Amino acid sequence: MEIQEMTMEFDSLSSNESFARVAVAAFAARLDPTMDEITDIKTAVSEAVTNCIIHGYEGSTGKIRVECKIIENELFITVIDRGCGINDIKKAMEPLYTSKPELERSGMGFAFMEAFMDNLRVSSIPFGGTIVQMSKKIEQKSLDK
Amino acid sequence: MEPDYEIMGETLIVNVPQELDHHSAKMVKEYSDQIIRDKSIKNIVFDFSNSTFMDSSGIGMIMGRYRVVKEKKGFVGVKGVGPAIHRILEISGLYKLVEICR
Repeated sequence: MEIQEMTMEFDSLSSNESFARVAVAAFAARLDPTMDEITDIKTAVSEAVTNCIIHGYEGSTGKIRVECKIIENELFITVIDRGCGINDIKKAMEPLYTSKPELERSGMGFAFMEAFMDNLRVSSIPFGGTIVQMSKKIEQKSLDK
Repeated sequence: MEPDYEIMGETLIVNVPQELDHHSAKMVKEYSDQIIRDKSIKNIVFDFSNSTFMDSSGIGMIMGRYRVVKEKKGFVGVKGVGPAIHRILEISGLYKLVEICR
């Protein structure tokens, strides 16, 4: 079984949101995903990283770590921050719930991660940080030929 | 980044950046609200012709502008929506609030 890995760590700046999703998409490209699958992955990464910036670090600067792994045709993404953590994960994951309505957050971040990836798991320690684990199987087009 | 927009009567047309995320949504929000205030704008249309990516931050930004123009009895419109943006607008239920413009 072939395993490939990629890890990156960057500052919690909003300008790094596009960097993070493009880097993960480029790593995933070796699985020969469709355009839709690439967009799904980019959206999910964007949501997870934006959460770290807005909620985890609440605008202060910390480090965000993104670990990616490919096992056969499945992509695993882990997004880790050492920010304030989530008190009530169940509530945080409710569609349309946001703890920051004043920032015009839609409350759809976790819902999008769930919709665009096959699996989503969130673990958090208050004042310790949050770990978001996601995975998605890629239908390999070239194998069909 | 320079604000990219045009005004037609009471309607502000915003050319949405290529990627609408938390970073760029904040900029679009700030300059559209300023123009809405300064130029007595009633309606806002988001032109996605050059846009290929949007996440939930874009949804939040559009909903925020919806609240602003609703107070003036105006509307929010979208135009030039490609497949990736369409999916996000659909899954978020935003089509219930916005009008599709040509």
